[in-house]
Amino acid sequence: MDDLIAKYSTPQDDFFDEDENSVHFQSTKPSLDLKFSLPPISQPTAFLRAATDDHANPECPIKIAHGTTTLAFRFQGGIIVATDSRATAGSWIASQTVKKVIEINDKMLGTMAGGAADCQYWLNYLGIECRLHELRHKRRISVAAASKILSNLVYSYKGMGLSMGTMMAGVTALEGPALYYIDSDGTRLSGNLFCVGSGQTFAYGVLDREYDYNLSVEDALALGSRSILAATHRDAYSGGSINLYHVKEEGWTKHGFTDTNPVFWKTKLEKGEFSNVATDF
Amino acid sequence: MSNPFSINGGAVVAMVGKDCVAIACDLRLGMQALTVSNDFPKIFNYGDVYLGLTGLATDVTTVSEMFRYKVNMYRLREERDIEPETMANLVSSSLYEKRFGPYFVSPVIAGINPHSQKPFVCGFDSIGCIDFAKDFIVSGTASDQLFGTCESLWEPDMEPEDLFETISQAMLNSVDRDALSGWGAHVYVITKDKVVKRLLKGRQD
Repeated sequence: MDDLIAKYSTPQDDFFDEDENSVHFQSTKPSLDLKFSLPPISQPTAFLRAATDDHANPECPIKIAHGTTTLAFRFQGGIIVATDSRATAGSWIASQTVKKVIEINDKMLGTMAGGAADCQYWLNYLGIECRLHELRHKRRISVAAASKILSNLVYSYKGMGLSMGTMMAGVTALEGPALYYIDSDGTRLSGNLFCVGSGQTFAYGVLDREYDYNLSVEDALALGSRSILAATHRDAYSGGSINLYHVKEEGWTKHGFTDTNPVFWKTKLEKGEFSNVATDF
Repeated sequence: MSNPFSINGGAVVAMVGKDCVAIACDLRLGMQALTVSNDFPKIFNYGDVYLGLTGLATDVTTVSEMFRYKVNMYRLREERDIEPETMANLVSSSLYEKRFGPYFVSPVIAGINPHSQKPFVCGFDSIGCIDFAKDFIVSGTASDQLFGTCESLWEPDMEPEDLFETISQAMLNSVDRDALSGWGAHVYVITKDKVVKRLLKGRQD
């Protein structure tokens, strides 16, 4: 185990004795000295933004996979996390089966919105850091601490074109159910309800209308699913399947990865919703 | 994003069969990511001719109304309906009139010539270059995808039933890979004495 820790953490001096060493471990910050190669020019940040930021420059040569609806909300029974599953590069639908929820450990989840590679890489990195935290301190990391590792990390790359909007949901003995929003500007907020991505406004519309902290688990799951469905319908860059999770004290449980198509027609035909969609001439 | 051809989104495809033609369009009208309407058909009928228009929605409406006027004037002067080949030349010259400030549309024509009974499809760029084809024509934001599905599904001399299945599968599977088109489709199957119009139930995301 010591070998494992040594291999994946910053090198320690052998100078410290056993006791001091453990103090030193506790003050060890996650390593931020990962070496990424940068373009060999005077203004790499400006270059990266021009080449990859399709919001600032729609004609940018490198189209990064974008477009998402993700939501998470705290309620009486824990936290609901729900996402769509579409990845787009421009108007091209690159995938309809993306997993936008990453399982950091069996009690904590992270969601992905923004640059697909950025989210995938840094949430995976966060998973590693959280495991190392467990090994160093012999207890599970708090959601507050985990979210701060990520926010400090993205802040250190501020202005270099990272694009991510993520939520972290988890339950710890220390905090109870906790929900954080972190984005690549360096924003880190704790709160009861967040929607992130190009379809966020549509999801907020449905969620705000029906949300109540005292919702039953069944109703909360249905509301999460219905909010994503509304967003996939109106937002061109959201779609595919609905990925649903429930985080509670015992850990998280998955409630399916359901194609929106049958769910949409069932919602329309059985509940009379989505009356804007015609079924005949 | 600021390209006028891909602000509103949309797709049209036309195909030739044995003594029949088919033309299909999606139903989406959007403003970039926001889907504003899912009941915006892009196929317009002028007697024996069917015209599909993709591109900027305001120009789709303007151009379709302009041809309604021009085709009606033609009918009054000539005392007969316009033929598909003649319509193709009318569309071409009308678009080239706006050579230096074009309508942002990509038209597609499908029809059967009432005299020769020959199936006819053709497409245009926004300033009127005619693309005659003996197989199929595609246009719109899903045109890359439509080229793929049509190249693999189309075969010569299909009967109307097969042509309907082919054009429907080509359309639905293409728009499912394009964020800016879809939300249902209309399909017209045109034979010499009958036109069948169907509504396709597409994915609503």
